[in-house]
Amino acid sequence: MSVAEEPAAPTATAPGEPLGEVLLEIRGLSVDYGLGDEPVHAVDDVDLMIRRGEVVGLAGESGSGKSTLAYAVSRLLRDPGVITAGEAYFYDYPKGSYREGGEGASGAPAGTPKRIDLLTSDKNKIRAVRWTEIAVVFQSALHALNPVLRIGRLIDDVLKTHEKQMSRAERRARAEELLDIVGISPDRLSSYPHELSGGMRQRVMIAVAIALRPSLLIMDEPTTALDVVIQREILEELMDLRERLGFSILFITHDLSLLIEIADTIAVMYAGKLVEQAPAKSLFHSPRHPYTYGLTTSFPSLHGEKRVMTGIEGSPPDLRHVPSGCPFHPRCAWAMEECTTKVPPALELHDIGGSRQVLCWLQDGAHEVPAELNATPPAAGTDEARPSMRVHGTPVRAHGSAEEGGAP
Amino acid sequence: MEIVDVSKEQVPPQTPLAAAQHKRRPKLRITKSKKMLAGLVILGFYVVMGVIGPWIAPYDPNALGDLTGPGGTQSPGGHHLLGQTTIGNDIFSQLLAGTRPTIEVAFLSGVIATALAIVIGITAGYMGGFVDEVLSLTANIFLVLPALPLLIAIGAFLGPDRAGSPWVVSLIIAATGWAWGARVMRAQAMSMRNRDFVEAARVSGESTSRIILAEIMPNLSAVIASSFLFTTIYAIGTYVGLGFLNVVSAGPHYNWGTMLFDATSSSAVEAGSWWWYVPPGLAIAVLGMSLALINFGIDEYINPRLRIAKPAKGTKVKVRPQLGFTPVVRKRPVVDASPYAAARSQLEEAQ
Amino acid sequence: MRVFLRRLGFYLLAAVAAVTLDFFIPRMVPGDPVLTALAQLKGSATPGALAALQAQYGEGTNHAGLWHQYLHFWNMLLHGDLGLSLSLGNTHVTTIIGQHIWWTVILVGLATVISFIVGTLIGTLAAWRRGTWIESLLPLTTFLQAMPYFFFATLLVLLFAVKLNLFPAQGGYDTFSSTVGLNWAFISDALSHAVLPALTIVGASLAGWIIGMRNQVVTVADEDYVLLAEAAGLPRQRVVWYAMRNAILPQISSFALALSFVVGGSLLTEIVFSYPGIGFILLSAVKSLDYSLVQGIFLVITLVVLAANFIADIVYVALDPRTRQEA
Repeated sequence: MSVAEEPAAPTATAPGEPLGEVLLEIRGLSVDYGLGDEPVHAVDDVDLMIRRGEVVGLAGESGSGKSTLAYAVSRLLRDPGVITAGEAYFYDYPKGSYREGGEGASGAPAGTPKRIDLLTSDKNKIRAVRWTEIAVVFQSALHALNPVLRIGRLIDDVLKTHEKQMSRAERRARAEELLDIVGISPDRLSSYPHELSGGMRQRVMIAVAIALRPSLLIMDEPTTALDVVIQREILEELMDLRERLGFSILFITHDLSLLIEIADTIAVMYAGKLVEQAPAKSLFHSPRHPYTYGLTTSFPSLHGEKRVMTGIEGSPPDLRHVPSGCPFHPRCAWAMEECTTKVPPALELHDIGGSRQVLCWLQDGAHEVPAELNATPPAAGTDEARPSMRVHGTPVRAHGSAEEGGAP
Repeated sequence: MEIVDVSKEQVPPQTPLAAAQHKRRPKLRITKSKKMLAGLVILGFYVVMGVIGPWIAPYDPNALGDLTGPGGTQSPGGHHLLGQTTIGNDIFSQLLAGTRPTIEVAFLSGVIATALAIVIGITAGYMGGFVDEVLSLTANIFLVLPALPLLIAIGAFLGPDRAGSPWVVSLIIAATGWAWGARVMRAQAMSMRNRDFVEAARVSGESTSRIILAEIMPNLSAVIASSFLFTTIYAIGTYVGLGFLNVVSAGPHYNWGTMLFDATSSSAVEAGSWWWYVPPGLAIAVLGMSLALINFGIDEYINPRLRIAKPAKGTKVKVRPQLGFTPVVRKRPVVDASPYAAARSQLEEAQ
Repeated sequence: MRVFLRRLGFYLLAAVAAVTLDFFIPRMVPGDPVLTALAQLKGSATPGALAALQAQYGEGTNHAGLWHQYLHFWNMLLHGDLGLSLSLGNTHVTTIIGQHIWWTVILVGLATVISFIVGTLIGTLAAWRRGTWIESLLPLTTFLQAMPYFFFATLLVLLFAVKLNLFPAQGGYDTFSSTVGLNWAFISDALSHAVLPALTIVGASLAGWIIGMRNQVVTVADEDYVLLAEAAGLPRQRVVWYAMRNAILPQISSFALALSFVVGGSLLTEIVFSYPGIGFILLSAVKSLDYSLVQGIFLVITLVVLAANFIADIVYVALDPRTRQEA
């Protein structure tokens, strides 16, 4: 919860800022499981923004609320999930107005979007935006593909619903084209899901997801169930596709190392709160939140400097009994008196890696920041942080990336 | 509404969403499930009646007598609480006397059939291979054979008196009623065969029978209870059905099915003698329902999703869960602190 | 095709088991009831019928071994001979069954199909509209389910035949005014006679289908592929179809069990309505100790039930592509 009497934190939010390239805007979203006497606060007062063409990684341990957040914002969260506060807007830009990658792309006019309030719009409006603009790739394609339906039938259903002008033959041709895009032979359209391998199923899922050229793909641990080689293959293809088609991705995973390779921005969740959000490289090389720091030291880095692997002691809290103050304080090596009682404010910091958001008392300017949480981020624009992926294309940012300031 | 324990999702299980909303399995507390409590209370009443029924019955259910209802009819009143049959039996006494054999047969068949189901089902599921093939085949054959015609055929050859002994009728009912439970338990035992604790017991050299008895069975208690109740309901239906056909006779006691047969064959419906056929029919239906209620409780314990949706306690907002449209119940007003609020409000809303 | 042959093989095996059971029932029973019955019949039965019966049961002059009797039983069976009925004027059992089986098959078949369809639809609705009034119907259906068929039948007779006089309460057709055959007068008469028995079977078996389907849909609705259908913005009917199409599979596989119940219940229903089906004949056969008729009826009912189950299995295989691959 952002504290009302926020200390003199440096914020650069002038009222009436232009939208720029914002695609999805989440403000103060809270989600409970159950409405009764003892609800579980799975997501608590989260702000998150996704811009056009951007890959946003949402990281966190199991139970941190990352999937809950993504499903809640698409209103797909199941009973007993209830959205208890906040707002979520989707901006529907005219199709084809986005050009990414090419020179001077970021300067091009955005086109005026239409606004969709995801939390208050009626069902028909939400159904209309589903899949045409926001598509979801589920973790397990085996469970997400209807076992008694042929692959082609599912694609056909999707096209028939949203592209009413298409003829049967056109739908068929489009379905074949889609399979071809994801590298599957078109004659697989008549296959049932159980006749495909795990990797093929996930490819089919992606084909289904991009069928209507959505502008946002929500991917919930899409490759967790696959072996490493296929996982890598699919991710590379996904990033190629993203470059060609220009969709944004909200990529949910517990695997931070993966995000560093594919994401532009990473948001880290802990116990329902978004504790840190920063450009991928900055977050990895110069974490500002103790939890993020702990995560970055929990796995070996394949490229980049050697690190001492330490991990985080303790285990995530039971969400029915979240610790008071900062939920991370029982596991935090730098916990202070006020961390146990007061929830930290959402602080916006600006450094050479770009602006970032962090939820920690240490960074409020009034405390001395430990050296581990004060590393100098790599300058924006250098690409050496993600050398392994054939992924380029710098994301478009609407506002200041090189502002100095924030934490000392 | 069930409270979710999100902290329990450690390993990413197969269905990601089901896991994110993994429901805590509650302890089976009888008082918590109203259905189960109601079922148990009713069943308890029947059991008490089964024990004391024949003693507190005001008349010998087989004794003939003068019709003493108002104006010398069979109607209830006077000496006969629920009236009389056309030949003057006291219906209330027949009803009371009929409780005991019904309860006896239901319980005995339930026990025998469940024991058979446990032995055959768990053995098949645990052993696998050829043993499983043979036992499953046997179970499946018993499952597809229609039970009642078989029971009638057997009963016809035995004659009503021999077939009417609680032991005999229970045995033949159990012989046709075990297959369903065996199939369920086989499936459960198969899924349990490769669990760590069973594996550990096997490696440590425990005997197969001990593994089945000490490791697997306790974990199947809910399924076993459910199977027992199912067989019991089946046994009651079959027993009164056989009584209705006069294939079994309850001897000195009475069978509710026989009462209904007497009523039907004496045109009680046409004569308007409702007191003759309504009490036994209701007695059977209510007993069956009490068992079904208990079974519902067990089912909902095994699979919490089956619970009938109720508004959560401590809230006045009624939220109807609906797939694909997570409800929005704002507890605090929207304070739009977004830097884009102004820009956003300029935009046209999408259709 | 292999799945088909395997299922066929299973049902053939089940049929052999049924025949064997049918053969052994009179022989397993202690005290030899057949001998007693034969002794009673000595005066009334024709010598030919008596000899046939003795041959059938291996009694009297023809003391053959058990195996020989078993073969003889099969031989008779394969020649379409189920023996002679003694209570019904020494007619062939097959003739009697042939006269009455169709009443039962049509009645039970129609009622079961209606019950399955209606129950499945209501069950889907109850699952999809959780928290609405439809769910409050569930306890009521449990009560109906717990009621024995013959009691439910009695109540229907009271309401619709005695009180309202809408439908006939007895028989399969009006024996005075109709001639059996394919004429409209007979068919409409038979239909009006079938209403109450069919209503009994539908009413008593509906609850099982409703609750089964409701629980299946509730379970299936938790699957990701249903959520995907919602996420893809598919119309509501299509989303429900995704769930139903999967939820119906366990319904079909529980058909065997349900059919056994329905057939048993229907036999009793026929007795309440004096419906000229096989159940009614079975009752009179039991009463008059007409053993060969009892055995014959058991066997024929069993074979019909096996055939129905086989059809249900084939439907299942047709509806679930996964079973086709496993073969």
